Order: sequence, then C-alpha cells, then structure tokens
Amino acid sequence: MFERFSRFQKILIPLISVVLGLIVGAIIMLVSGFNPIQGYAALLKGSLGESFYIGETIRQITPYIFAGLAVAFAFRTGLFNIGVEGQLLVGWVASVWVGLAFDLPKIIHLPMAILAGALAGALWAFIPGILKARLRVHEVIVTIMMNYIALHFCNYLIRFVISDEQNTTDRVPESASLKSPFFETLTEFSTMHYGIFLALAAVIIYYIILERTTTGFELRSVGFNQNASEYAGMNVNRNIVLSMLISGAFAGLGGAMEGLGTFGYGFIHGAFSGVGFDGIAVALLGGNVALGIVFAAALFGILKQGALIMPLESGVPTELVEIVIAIIIFFVASSYIIAYLLQRLKKGAK
Amino acid sequence: MSFLTALDILVQSMLLASAPLIFTALGGVFSERSGVVNIGLEGLMVIGAFSAVVFNITFASSLGDATPWVSLLVAMAVGGVFSLIHAVASISFRADHVVSGVAINFLALGLGVYLVKDWYGAGQTPQIPESFSYYRIPFLYDIPVIGPIFFDNFITSYIAIFVAIIAWYVLFKTPFGLRLRSVGEHPLAADTMGINVYKMRYTAVIISGVLGGLGGGVYALTISQIFSAGTITGQGFIALAAVIFGKWHPLGAMGAAMFFGLAQSLAIIGSSFPLLADVPNWVLLAAPYALTILALAGFIGRADAPKAIGTPYIKGKR
Repeated sequence: MFERFSRFQKILIPLISVVLGLIVGAIIMLVSGFNPIQGYAALLKGSLGESFYIGETIRQITPYIFAGLAVAFAFRTGLFNIGVEGQLLVGWVASVWVGLAFDLPKIIHLPMAILAGALAGALWAFIPGILKARLRVHEVIVTIMMNYIALHFCNYLIRFVISDEQNTTDRVPESASLKSPFFETLTEFSTMHYGIFLALAAVIIYYIILERTTTGFELRSVGFNQNASEYAGMNVNRNIVLSMLISGAFAGLGGAMEGLGTFGYGFIHGAFSGVGFDGIAVALLGGNVALGIVFAAALFGILKQGALIMPLESGVPTELVEIVIAIIIFFVASSYIIAYLLQRLKKGAK
Repeated sequence: MSFLTALDILVQSMLLASAPLIFTALGGVFSERSGVVNIGLEGLMVIGAFSAVVFNITFASSLGDATPWVSLLVAMAVGGVFSLIHAVASISFRADHVVSGVAINFLALGLGVYLVKDWYGAGQTPQIPESFSYYRIPFLYDIPVIGPIFFDNFITSYIAIFVAIIAWYVLFKTPFGLRLRSVGEHPLAADTMGINVYKMRYTAVIISGVLGGLGGGVYALTISQIFSAGTITGQGFIALAAVIFGKWHPLGAMGAAMFFGLAQSLAIIGSSFPLLADVPNWVLLAAPYALTILALAGFIGRADAPKAIGTPYIKGKR
C-alpha cells in the first residue's frame, strides 16, 4: 500500500479491485443459485433507478464522504485512524445534544450543533493523537479501544442524560435540523438532507488544507518521513496531534449529518453503524485524494443503498455487498501483487 | 445474598464469559508474536461461531452427544482456512496488516449472514439443538465449599485454561516457539539463521485462525446458542485488548481475558451486588478498553509489542 506507483497504476489498481470485487460477488451469487445479472440490476435499480432511491443514495454517500475524509486525512500524515466509528458516534450524540438543549434561531443553532459534532469528534481523536505524540503509543489499538468506549459512553448519555431512560432521544427541533423539504419533495420524500452540500464543502476544505497550505505540507511531510521532517525543523508531535484533531473533526461532522439530518435524533446502538469502518474502504479506494474519495464514497453509497432492494427484487441477501466491499479492500490492500501482475503482463505483451 | 452465593455466581459467569476470549486472545498472541498484526480476530470469531452453529444444527440428529465437540473441530478448521486469506494478503502480498484484518472482519460477517439468510431464510439461525452444559469435575467437585464454586462450570472454560498453559509451553519452551518469536522480533536475523520467515508466519497466522475459530465456536455453543449478525459484537476486539493487556504473553493474555470476562459479566449481573450497584453500567462495559489504553500508555507496566510487528518481510531487502 505504501509503495510508489505510477499515476496510471494509481487509477488502474482501484478500478481493477472494484471489477474483481464485483466478479467475486457474481460468482457467489451464481454458486448460491441466484442470477448475478438480476442481482446487480436490482442493485442499480435500488440505488439509482428512481428519484426516491437517488435521494436515499445521496443521503448514504454524505456520511461516507466524511468518514472517508477522516480516515484519509490521518493516512496522509502516516496515521491509521480506525477510530472514525467512535468519533462519528460522539459527534452524532454531541450534535443532537446541542440541538435539543438550546432554543435559538436557526442561523445560530444549526451551525452550533454541527460544530459541536466536529468538536466532539476532534476531542475523541485527540486522546490517541496525544498518546502517539507524547508516548509513542500505537494509534491503531488506541483508536479501536476508543471506539468501544464511545459506544458504551454514548449509549449511557442517550439513556440517562439526554433522554429520560428511553432508547431514543427526542427529535431535534427545526432550528437545528438539516432536513430539507426541497429535497424531500424533489425525491418523493426520501431522507436526503442538506448535508451533501456540507460534505462537498468538506472535500474542498480537505483539498485546500492538504495541498495548498503550509500546514498541509508539513502534515504530509511527516507522513512521508518523520525523521526528515524533524530535521527540517518541523514539529512532528504537533503535526501528529493536529492531524488526529482534524481527522476526528471530519468524523464528528459525519456523525452530525446522521444526527441532524438522516435521523434527526440519537438512539442506543447495540453495535456500530459501520460507517466509520466503511470509511477505511472509501479512503483506500479513493487513494486518499479528495476527488478519489468522492468517487469511492459514491460507489459505496450506491452499493449499500442498492443492497437494501436486492432481497426484494432478486432474492439476493443484502450482505452480498459486504462481501464485495471486503474483497475490494482486500485487493486494494494487496495492490503490490496487482502492480506486479500488471508489469508481468506488459512484459509478456512485448 | 450470602457471600458464597455471590462468589459462585461471579466465578461461574466469569469463567463462562472469558473462555471464548482466552482462546481468541491466545490466537492473537501467536500471530502477533510472529510479527503479523491480527485485527481480524473479530472476523475469525464470527466465522467460527457461524460454522459451529450451522454444523451443530445440521448434524445434531446423526451425531447426538458428540455434536458440540465436532462442531468445535469444524469451527477450528474453518477458522484456520479463513485466516489463510489474512496470511496470503499480509505475508505474501505485502498488504497492510491492519487493512487486511479489517477486510477479514467485513468478509466474515458478510459471508456468515449472507449464507444464513440463504440457507435459513431469516437473519438468524434457529437455536442449536446440542449445546454444552455444566460439567462437574470428578473428585474435585466433592471438595467442600470451593468444589461447587470452581469445579462445576462449562468444560470449555477448563479447556481454555489448559490450552493457555500449552500455548505458553510451546511459545517459550520449544524450539518452534523460539523461532516463531524470533521471526517477530528480527526476521532478517532469523532468516540468516536458516529459519523460513514466511513459513513461520503462515503457521502462526493459521494457528491464530484455528484458535479464533475455536473462540467463536465456544461463544456460540455456550453463550449465544444461535448465529446472527449480532452474535459477535466486539468480543474479538476485547480478545485483542487482552493480548496487549497481557503483554503478548499467553498466560498474561489468559489473565487479561479472565479479567475482561469478569468486567463483562459484572456489567450484566453487577446490579445485584451492593458494592457495584452504584457503578454506572457503561463504566464496567468500557473498562477493558480503557485499561488497555492505560496499559499501552505505560501507566500499568510497560507493554512492548514484538519489534517487527506489522512490517512485511521482503527477502533480500535490508
């Protein structure tokens, strides 16, 4: 994954991985007695076939973009943030909490609730960041553990602090809601909300921070080579913490999208939503670059949304898409072998 | 409630909850000691639970009392085969170990639930017909007071402790164990001494698959009794935490797994204990994870990972 590939290979390898993933999916459908063409047709119909489905797909893409940006941002600084799931969850709860606790005009209330999500996510990511910077504790394990602490902590908050021993909180008032009557009428009352604009804005911010600012240069430089960066006078520890903060803020924003837009409330999670883990797939497939993340998030949004219709239309269980995503991750992660085979193929052609 | 009854309940639920964690954590110790990070423990448990349950349901009528035992063997075999994916990706294809582990987790859950829906037409399997039950260890059970508390539990819990001791012996007292550890500390040096790094790592990952599958199978046959998407939710990651909290040592991992099992069961039954009634539930549920972070940060003794962990070994490259 960390080997250097040519520009052409950087685009080709994700494409090949997606195709391989879909082929494996087709084989699994065939073996278990389904018609793969029917299955994939149902998937396409369920994600893009009607305006309602398109609305739902875009709604699904929104948190994927945020989760992908969060994972990718840390990646570029050489950090692996598996904690997006937990950061997303605390962002979700924080935004709903602020949404419920205050009574303000929308122009103040909504930004405040969204920022609360970002802040909570950043705070949750700060812990692994500072532990890595100060004590060299590996961030992968800490972020995994933080996920579960977030899960139990948020469930506690929802049950005993925000609500009165209920399984869900109240709905956030209109003044803190991302719900969009315009999109709803446009897409036959799907749950599509204004969050997609924020997601696209976040992509641009991601690009600007990383590629167009000195801070971004330092962050990437630390990702390439810590020793060289240190030698060049950069503060490696500061950059590690900063990277985790920004990454966590993206994740927290993704949670705010769910809390203020998709659902409009918080609820007790028995297990993770999976958006944060899917974010790893989005970042990897998107090559950790802004545009790539948009495409990857769109692909996974289409797959996930379309999967919901597959059982009805073709009898194929929804989980087929999980398998396809896993295979795609597997091949992107094993890009070394794909690049190697491509090279052999080229040589063979000559 | 008398002290003895309380102790009885506590010990029983601790041993019950920790057995799957012990097996899986031991698997993690093998893999990580050889230098391969295994985030996929969760997925290995999922696939183990899935295969144990499906086998149990399918063959209970023909195998009778032996069903749970054979189910566990099947879970081990399937776990071992499944872990090959992680081995191929992270050892041969030089994939990032963490990413490959994430893929394993996705794949196991996706495949398991997909097949359950395809075969049983529902999101979960029926209840297993043949499960493990309490087992009284002969003679030891007859010891007054402590007998009924410590020697009347699921047999799988005793096996878990036994396997942990074997794992310790294998890793620290045999040439095989020394080689396995050396590959995780300094693969180049090990290679120079004629140890086949790839073979050792493959073996270690397969062992982790076998033990992870066993852990999942034990969980399914003693605790959940069914398989669904919600059967294994985080146990694999607790096991991973136990590996680290136990400082990558088999007996340490066993102790940590027991401790975490205790925390888990206290979260469920804690309210019946006067001392614990005031502790919020989430604190007990989150305790294993928080303690692991503290251990890693060096607040509870230093936890040092094997030196070469997470780095693919490329022959001829220094």
